[in-house]
Amino acid sequence: MRYCPGCGHGVVHRIIGELLVELNVRERAVGIAPVGCSVFADEYFNCDMIQPPHGRGPAVSTGIKRARPECIVFSYQGDGDLAAIGTAEIIHAAGRNENITVIFINNAIFGMTGGQMAPTTLPGMRSTTSVKGRDIKKQGYPMKICELLSALDGPYYLERCAVTTPKNIIKTKKALKTAFRNQVENKGFSLVEILSMCPTGWGQTPVQAKKWVEEVMSKYYPLGVFRNRAEEEK
Amino acid sequence: MAEKRLMYGNHAVVEGVIAAGCRFFAGYPITPQNEIPELMSIRMNEEGGVFIQTESEIAAINMLFGAAAAGKRAMTSSSSPGISLMQEGLSYIAGADMPVLVVNVIRGGPGLGNIAPAQSDYYQATRGGGHGDYFTITLAPHTVQDLFEFPRLAFELAEKYRNPALILADGLLGQMMEPVEFSFEPIDPKDLPDPEWALSGCGGRERRIVRSYDLKQGRLEELNVLRSKKYKKIKDNEQRYDAVECDDAHMVIVAYGTCARVAAAAMRIAREKGLKVGLFRPITLWPFPSDVLSDMSKRIKNFLVVEMNCGQMIDDVKLATEFRSKIDFLGRPGGGVPTPPELYKKIEGIYGGMQ
Amino acid sequence: MPEVKILEEVCKGCGLCCDGICPVDILILAPDRINSSGYHPAEVTNMNKCTGCGYCYLVCPEPAIEVYK
Repeated sequence: MRYCPGCGHGVVHRIIGELLVELNVRERAVGIAPVGCSVFADEYFNCDMIQPPHGRGPAVSTGIKRARPECIVFSYQGDGDLAAIGTAEIIHAAGRNENITVIFINNAIFGMTGGQMAPTTLPGMRSTTSVKGRDIKKQGYPMKICELLSALDGPYYLERCAVTTPKNIIKTKKALKTAFRNQVENKGFSLVEILSMCPTGWGQTPVQAKKWVEEVMSKYYPLGVFRNRAEEEK
Repeated sequence: MAEKRLMYGNHAVVEGVIAAGCRFFAGYPITPQNEIPELMSIRMNEEGGVFIQTESEIAAINMLFGAAAAGKRAMTSSSSPGISLMQEGLSYIAGADMPVLVVNVIRGGPGLGNIAPAQSDYYQATRGGGHGDYFTITLAPHTVQDLFEFPRLAFELAEKYRNPALILADGLLGQMMEPVEFSFEPIDPKDLPDPEWALSGCGGRERRIVRSYDLKQGRLEELNVLRSKKYKKIKDNEQRYDAVECDDAHMVIVAYGTCARVAAAAMRIAREKGLKVGLFRPITLWPFPSDVLSDMSKRIKNFLVVEMNCGQMIDDVKLATEFRSKIDFLGRPGGGVPTPPELYKKIEGIYGGMQ
Repeated sequence: MPEVKILEEVCKGCGLCCDGICPVDILILAPDRINSSGYHPAEVTNMNKCTGCGYCYLVCPEPAIEVYK
């Protein structure tokens, strides 16, 4: 694939491809590719695809899902797309409990444009627009999306995972399976946030990047379930 | 006998959209078009359609992109500042060759402006207000009846050419009340076929991709050239206008929308006083009815362009008439509306100085 | 007999499959050769020890690994 060596996109793309087949929804799936490294996602998912403006995936998903409720609509977004320019759209789609599946790839940086600071960049973390490290005083605190959305009554399912170790990757697939199945069962809004490596943006080797997600990033963005109405319904 | 009802302009838009078989509206409140989402919220529910009050106009235009890509007629309405927010979305929609309908009930600008009527979004509408080489098919209603009938025409053109379409109304047209005849059999959305581009799930066919980019060497240039050919076809086939009493005219007023109504009244005053004045009313602002206007300029040596702005359509009149004729201008920007006596005074002044 | 097949021309030599995830530690990046993209591809040092667990397949981002049980 087009992505850098060790990039997390490849693992998540593969998992989604497997799920579309395993859940037998590929033939009625419509995927939304973001602006970002994964703008190329339309080359990798064998289903109908659309590529909208930066951050607007949840709005375009809403349009497709409301126009064709029988389609399984998934919005694949990075942290610039979802947590910067698209914050209004994701909050409101979650608030409306739109029956869509959102896959949020959090790699704490803007990949495609060359490594600038993202809303998810950690305090003190270097990027091309925070060369001395993110300065909380001038550049604010990172955005924790699962926590933010869990303050809304709307969303049905919110979980944060990572694609580092085989154990975590298996958990990620389980979470994404739940997120897709929720849509098939008309339950409402599901979002899976996935901590992912960006070796090129972070200036690390893939193995170093994996370690950094495990040891540093997941301390700031804890893995786990933030909302699961299915549990509450029991 | 077709049903006839006294209606607000904004309400006529709603009924016209529904009669055109559209069952998807996503929009945001903004004066002076709030009556559209308000009535839409009731009517869409009655018709089993989709009504979404969105978080912003940006979300609205993107929801339309999704619904249109899914193969459904979709529309939104807004006013000038909201239309500005939609420009990126319109650029993407045009770049992906998708049809949508956007109604702009123009208010005074720029910036927050005021809530009075204006025509100051002409450049935005006719020069492809967002980035890149594209145009939006733009219709100019001048009566509440037009507001009822134009959505159906706009959808037909948008789908025929796979391009966004705009209806440029203004705050006065939106708020006035006139009788509307329900002049055509309403379209049942079930009778609208699934378009060939529809993202409906790839079962039983090749998968489809709706996108506006192509990074392969030379490919985006090819796509732009193809689109330009499409725009030429639209220009050759879809220019629409109304020419009133132009055959014997020594001077022709060029005006659309509310200004055309004022011009019609001023023209009557002028004719009563023996001045041979005609009115040329563009119905499509893009494609601008240049062909007829160009012919006209070979014998008409004086045009008076009337607009509720600082001078925008006047550029297209100059281009169409190829500087053969003298072109005067009466402009009332920032929410100003010209009156017939004011316009007649201008006509009289020009007529007096004509050879 | 479980078997791991590395698609050498697809592999980008990221090394994630070699980083302690294989329970029998039989994956390394080939030190002595590169593929046509310039990467050292992954290679199996001792296929007999493969358990067919599939962990290398799970972590590969390309994917450049096929696992046969």
